[in-house]
Amino acid sequence: MEQTNSQLKNQDTQSHEWDTRLHHATKATHEDWIGRGISYFCIGIIILVVASMLWFITSKGIATFTQNHVSLWKFLSGTNWAPDQGQIGALPMILGSFAVTFAAAIVATPFALGTAIFMTEISPNRGRKFLQPVIELLVGIPSVVYGFIGLAVIVPFMRHVVGGSGFGIISATFVLFVMVLPTITSMTVDSLRAVPRFYKEASLALGATRWQTVSRVILRSATSGILTAIIFGMARAFGEALAVQMVIGNAAIMPKNLISPASTLTSQLTTGIGDTIDGTLPNNALWSLALILLLMSLFFNALVRFIAKRGQLKHER
Amino acid sequence: MLKQYSFEETAVQTFDDKTSLAMRTEDMQVFYGSNHAMFDANLAFPKNQITALIGASGSGKSTYLRSLNRMNDGIATVTGKIWYHGVNINEPGVNIYEIRRHIGMVFQRPNPFAKSIRENIVYALRANGIKKKAELEERIEQSLKGAALWDEVKDNLDKSALSLSGGQQQRLCIARSIAMAPDVLLLDEPCSALDPISTVKVEETLLELQKKYSIIIVTHNMQQASRISSQCAFFHLGHIMEYAPTGTMFSNPQIPVTQDYIAGSFG
Repeated sequence: MEQTNSQLKNQDTQSHEWDTRLHHATKATHEDWIGRGISYFCIGIIILVVASMLWFITSKGIATFTQNHVSLWKFLSGTNWAPDQGQIGALPMILGSFAVTFAAAIVATPFALGTAIFMTEISPNRGRKFLQPVIELLVGIPSVVYGFIGLAVIVPFMRHVVGGSGFGIISATFVLFVMVLPTITSMTVDSLRAVPRFYKEASLALGATRWQTVSRVILRSATSGILTAIIFGMARAFGEALAVQMVIGNAAIMPKNLISPASTLTSQLTTGIGDTIDGTLPNNALWSLALILLLMSLFFNALVRFIAKRGQLKHER
Repeated sequence: MLKQYSFEETAVQTFDDKTSLAMRTEDMQVFYGSNHAMFDANLAFPKNQITALIGASGSGKSTYLRSLNRMNDGIATVTGKIWYHGVNINEPGVNIYEIRRHIGMVFQRPNPFAKSIRENIVYALRANGIKKKAELEERIEQSLKGAALWDEVKDNLDKSALSLSGGQQQRLCIARSIAMAPDVLLLDEPCSALDPISTVKVEETLLELQKKYSIIIVTHNMQQASRISSQCAFFHLGHIMEYAPTGTMFSNPQIPVTQDYIAGSFG
């Protein structure tokens, strides 16, 4: 006991020297500080920008209801859009946006699934060498180019086939179909590639055919990834402005069919933004449309997170 | 430094006509691209026995095993003949799905699907065209009993297979295979991801199963080979060096490379 105490004392005296050595700052600790400082600074700026954008859009968007005293219900359910005369029913645009979004997703999903299955299961080599770059290229084409092609090819084609002006929801659907196809395909490819190889082997070793393996094992275990891909595609379709504006006809009236001019939230926004004066009802009404777009993209994001969480639970071991 | 051994000096047993065989390979070669991974594999597997394939990592034993039920299709090129019920199944035109229903396989890592225990077995049976409810139930029970898992899971058949322990998962994979009523069962290091107690259970299961099935098992574990197998083949760098009854192999190996491996000089 005596001995242990004296040993400890000896250590205490020595440790004073070590105490300073182990506490003083060095180049390494300075670097830590600088690195942390830079990244805190950047994240601070980003948070500031995002928060002020959210605040800006929200405050402008609710001005229609707080300053101009339009009822929220009338805004959401009204079918007459004439801001100059104080009529701001946004339902035609809301319906238009949902119609083109769902139609494009419904048309694009089977093609995207087929392409993704081909690229991962049927011909992985050709998929990687040839189709992958093609899809990346499609993602990178600016939307105005898609809109231009839609205007030059799809609109005249529709005019020829179904009559009318050729502008309308169906033309917008086809343009959006081409635009969301690469998004859905490439994300589906990622989720199919992420399916563990041993699932596939297990299935094949049980005598299941390739088709059974793909449809019942691979697609099944990639379901949450595929749903996420579709939602990202829908978010892109919902938010696309320019290409849609070029082919949909921009008539702010209730869509009665797929082949007559209609409008979406985004197309109405881009069409109208130049003609209004800040602070007036027509201008505030456009901000309200923007607010709906913002809320919808928040909703899409929340949906993706929800699905990801569900998917994780299923795969937990 | 690994000693150089002559690949000319081999001691591979053959069987006479009286022994009934489950399957047999003749001059089988396997290539991964230009890489020659398996040389002149000539092995015959007696019915209703456990045959162990042993050897160091990269000796080609898994490659050999995976070729037997054509799981190397699309991964490697396999030449030579694989005889099964008098048919060369390494030929174009052979129905690989039918082959895999008769020659089942269990992998190194337990790989149940992210479905319930019941669904894991039903999946295999549905793929096999069995749809009648009564028969499905019957086969589920029989296969789980065969894999010695029934008592542990019979009250929880709808629980996720992923909630089972590693050893239970592996026995579920065995159950899934034998639900198809195969006659050969291939196992690729089935215990290497399991703890010793689970390993004992799987081994007991295999010893029971050999009454009904012919079993070929790849193992890293020489003790395991000596505990459960009747025949034992030693692989070295893509060559089959020695093939003999297990007792003989471990007590009296014929050639230097096998002697050194069994004595623990390498591997």
